[in-house]
Amino acid sequence: MDQLDQLVAQAGVDFAAAADGAALEAAKARYLGKGGSLTELLKGLGKLDPEARKTAGAEINKAKAAIEAQLNARRDALQQAALEAQLAAEALDVTLPGRGAGIGGLHPVVRTLERVEQLFRSIGFDVAEGPEIETDFYNFTALNTPANHPARSMHDTFYLENGEGVLLRTHTSPVQIRAMQAHVEAYKDRDTMPELRVIAPGRVYRVDSDATHSPMFHQVEGLWVGESVSFADLKGVVADFLRSFFESDDLQVRFRPSFFPFTEPSAEIDVAFMSGALKGRWLEIAGCGMMHPNVLRSGGIDPERYTGFAFGMGPDRLTMLRYGVNDLRLFFEGDLRFLGQFR
Amino acid sequence: MQFSELWLRSFVSPDLDSDALGHLLTMAGLEVEEQDGVAAQFSKVVVAQIVEAEKHPNADKLRVCKVDAGQGELLQIVCGAPNAAAGIKIPCALVGADLAGFGIKAAKLRGVESFGMLCSAKELGISEESNGLLVLPEDAPVGTDLREYLDLNDTLFTIKLTPNRADCLSLTGIAREVAALTGKPLSLPAGEPVAPAHDAVRAIVLDAPEACPRYAGRIIRGVDAKAATPDWMKQRLARSGIRSISALVDVTNYVMLELGQPLHAFDEAKLNGAIHVRFPTAGEQVLLLNGQTVTPAADTLLIADESRALALAGIMGGEESGITLETTDLFLESAFFAPDAIAGRARAYGFSSDASYRFERGVDFALAGQAIERATRLILDICGGSAGPVNEVVDAAKLPVRAPIRLRAARVRRVLGIQLTADHVAEMFTRLNLQVARDGEDFVVTPPSYRFDLEIEEDLIEEIARLLGYDNIPTVAPKGPISMLPRPEARRDTMTVRRLIAGREYQEVINFAFVEEVWEKDFSGNADPVRLANPIASQMSVMRSSLIGGLVSNVVTNRKRQTNRVRVFEIGRCFAKDAAGKPVEGYHQPLRVAALAAGLAKAEQWGESNRNVDFYDVKADLEALLFPRVAEFERASHPALHPGRSARVLLDGREIGFIGELHPIWVQRYELGTAPVVFEIELEALLGTLTPAYKELSRFPAVTRDLALVVEQSVAAASLLKGLQQVAPAIVQRIELFDQYQGKGIEPNRKSLAFRVVMQETQRTLEDAEVDATMTALTRHAEENLGAKLRA
Repeated sequence: MDQLDQLVAQAGVDFAAAADGAALEAAKARYLGKGGSLTELLKGLGKLDPEARKTAGAEINKAKAAIEAQLNARRDALQQAALEAQLAAEALDVTLPGRGAGIGGLHPVVRTLERVEQLFRSIGFDVAEGPEIETDFYNFTALNTPANHPARSMHDTFYLENGEGVLLRTHTSPVQIRAMQAHVEAYKDRDTMPELRVIAPGRVYRVDSDATHSPMFHQVEGLWVGESVSFADLKGVVADFLRSFFESDDLQVRFRPSFFPFTEPSAEIDVAFMSGALKGRWLEIAGCGMMHPNVLRSGGIDPERYTGFAFGMGPDRLTMLRYGVNDLRLFFEGDLRFLGQFR
Repeated sequence: MQFSELWLRSFVSPDLDSDALGHLLTMAGLEVEEQDGVAAQFSKVVVAQIVEAEKHPNADKLRVCKVDAGQGELLQIVCGAPNAAAGIKIPCALVGADLAGFGIKAAKLRGVESFGMLCSAKELGISEESNGLLVLPEDAPVGTDLREYLDLNDTLFTIKLTPNRADCLSLTGIAREVAALTGKPLSLPAGEPVAPAHDAVRAIVLDAPEACPRYAGRIIRGVDAKAATPDWMKQRLARSGIRSISALVDVTNYVMLELGQPLHAFDEAKLNGAIHVRFPTAGEQVLLLNGQTVTPAADTLLIADESRALALAGIMGGEESGITLETTDLFLESAFFAPDAIAGRARAYGFSSDASYRFERGVDFALAGQAIERATRLILDICGGSAGPVNEVVDAAKLPVRAPIRLRAARVRRVLGIQLTADHVAEMFTRLNLQVARDGEDFVVTPPSYRFDLEIEEDLIEEIARLLGYDNIPTVAPKGPISMLPRPEARRDTMTVRRLIAGREYQEVINFAFVEEVWEKDFSGNADPVRLANPIASQMSVMRSSLIGGLVSNVVTNRKRQTNRVRVFEIGRCFAKDAAGKPVEGYHQPLRVAALAAGLAKAEQWGESNRNVDFYDVKADLEALLFPRVAEFERASHPALHPGRSARVLLDGREIGFIGELHPIWVQRYELGTAPVVFEIELEALLGTLTPAYKELSRFPAVTRDLALVVEQSVAAASLLKGLQQVAPAIVQRIELFDQYQGKGIEPNRKSLAFRVVMQETQRTLEDAEVDATMTALTRHAEENLGAKLRA
């Protein structure tokens, strides 16, 4: 029996010495193969008497099982080692940058417009657009600003060569009229017209150019026409918008009387931040008011039945305040070093 | 409108400091743009006289002065001002004085003791510049505090008046407003009539009474035009931003500032016969006070006598009939010109005047008489002379009418969203000097002659809101019926398109819509662009018909800043003349999307070898934007593009734009380095998309066969593919081009195109025979009809 124990021990030593699969199989053959030590011992059993054969057989099978277990363990270990070697060889430098295309971005002012649109959409405003070459009628007259009205001198207007009564719109307010007309047309066969809630972002043009004025800039017009729309509502909507836009609950918002031909009462809206570089200063940010009855009439709406408010603000300025941009001209220079900061 | 706080306070003086007064005005709609003290903060500066001025023993430019500052003994002060001379009166800062934070101490200057400092206007913050010491009038009392003597405890307010508030273009108007806002009593200067001392009058004829329904004139004889304007008047004028010219001119300006009535003084000796207020006759000319000769347009109102036109009424006086320092007799004009008769006229001649600014916004039509009396009194007091009677001609029927306005309480509530008591409303109207009558729930309100802005109910509602204070109107969350804003599934919005393009590594830019005319020629072949009548600069003189020029200029700008890889896009309107254009007749103004890629296809990186972006890179971007819709690309030439590398883009057979590599000529001319690839597409084409449509999946296997065809080099791959697709039987699910080959084994002017044909049935497994038959049919069609040969 000592011999069997020795054999098992020797097999363990031989298997451990096998460095790879082939060597392991060769070692296995020495014990379990044809003519292997254990196989020979089994062959020798026939010479023993039945009683002794039974005992010896059991012993030998036990030794065989032990050798097979050692073999399997070694086989697993070798496979594991080979896998580990392969994985180690396949390792990457995970710190190298990812391959493939980068990402572009929106223009900062458009980013602002997107936020403005999203905030107003959330309270049921649709987005409308209008032409940038506009008629004198829509830009001024329909907005209660007839020819020679002193308010016209507030807008230095670009006119077109050989274009009678056409100009580059000086504000997005003409979209008010176009939106009302379209709304009235859409619901002309109904007894009641649904409320009209629209914002109209876009480019506008004035003959003006310096560090704080660009001859082309942006405005967002907004209007809400309904059967019970009041100045108090206007204050509510605008203040809610400004605090949401600047993500600042303590933003100070004030309305002060002003004049626009197309609204009455009219107000200028100022904001003051409670922190940051502009802390405590009143900054003019938008104009607004209750829509003038003549403007509602221009849009085909009865001012006795409906009231409305309108506002106009400068997304360029909103963007400058939001991100601390100090020069308006940067928006229109196409410098990727600047624009890339707003991705 | 600039004015002095002290002057205002002489009419109404609320218990508010300067800042609170400024805030009050701003919050009432009279926006204070600037608010500044008339002098710097300083103390212990007094009126003094230089008694003796000797050269400093040790310095050429310094003088040692003995100064009488009313201190009982003379002060020795060393002074460097070139005009320091014995006898003059000057401001002296005493030892212990504080000049805007700078303390004055006794000191030794080059060995000579000095006890104080003699001051210039600049050092006291009275003016921006000064030349030596501020010389005070000879009668200035020595020892008096300078702030008191010069009324320096005053603040200048500059108000940005909105065009509707012409009534506030005078101290009286602002004082009225302050009184209404604060309830403080108003005390305006008395306008006592001046009794005539002679009976000379000049006849006045209102030839255009619609434009001028009231004209008052008065002859004043024997004035001394060289008389000095009193200091108090000069100071008030100066603090209103008006330079003193001569006593007579100063009086007219002063009355205009005080009351708001522009006046004009003619030299009586230069007038001939009756004054006519009329429109011009053809070819008439007027030489104006500013030296400009104008030929007035037919709608410009004139003041004329019986021989010639004298002045542009309400705009500017004439040079030949104006007063001079030699004038002894004058004819003073105080008139009402209707806003419509003045508005826009001065601007048309290229200038503006204080008078036209006021008349076109509306001057109180009841004011002419009061103003002429006030001016007469001042002229007589300052220049002497004797006044004749006022000749006032009025066409009462043509004067503006202040019609009563009905105000409904319910309307106030509806527009402002607040409930006010009737008494409160009435009280506010009374403070505003409006006549109020009650009619049940309603008010009937008649505005005064100076309020041109009160015509309709909303005007009164605005006045209520203003007096109440906008701050006192609540800020409420609005209530309204809510309904969904539906958007068709097969439509996306512009923001989504922007995000898609940005996702393909393009940065959005916003370029000016007015461009250089040459861009239109170079990039659009457009010789007739939409031109601006008044461009701000020649390189911004035409409206763009394409976005490409702007994107090319973005490459130029960024290359200058060492960025050579440029990927940009813009969404904006383009403009072209088009008789059928809508909604503005004559102009087509579509929104377009354009993108440009220049430089490396991918930002420099470690993983792949670098190459420049090419046509197919950008085409893939465009195809991705259009997905799931599939556009067709047809070779086409375009002025901006390389003729062999450009295509028109068609969607559902309709042209929607173009794509291509920029023409090498422009690459060279604009110094772009490498050729950018661009596309420009109608935005509308990118907004429409598809609603997904489900097709049943097949449970049976698909069969894939390849087909390699050799064709002439010039054959477009798409035409071959389209040809195959047209004849493919229903079992063909799709045909894809997967390889293009030129070179060994293919004739030099030919190419091989390899297609993968995928066949499948939904209800059964395909039989080999039908697959073979399909491939044979496709091959035969390609050979017989499409000029192709099966590749050997």
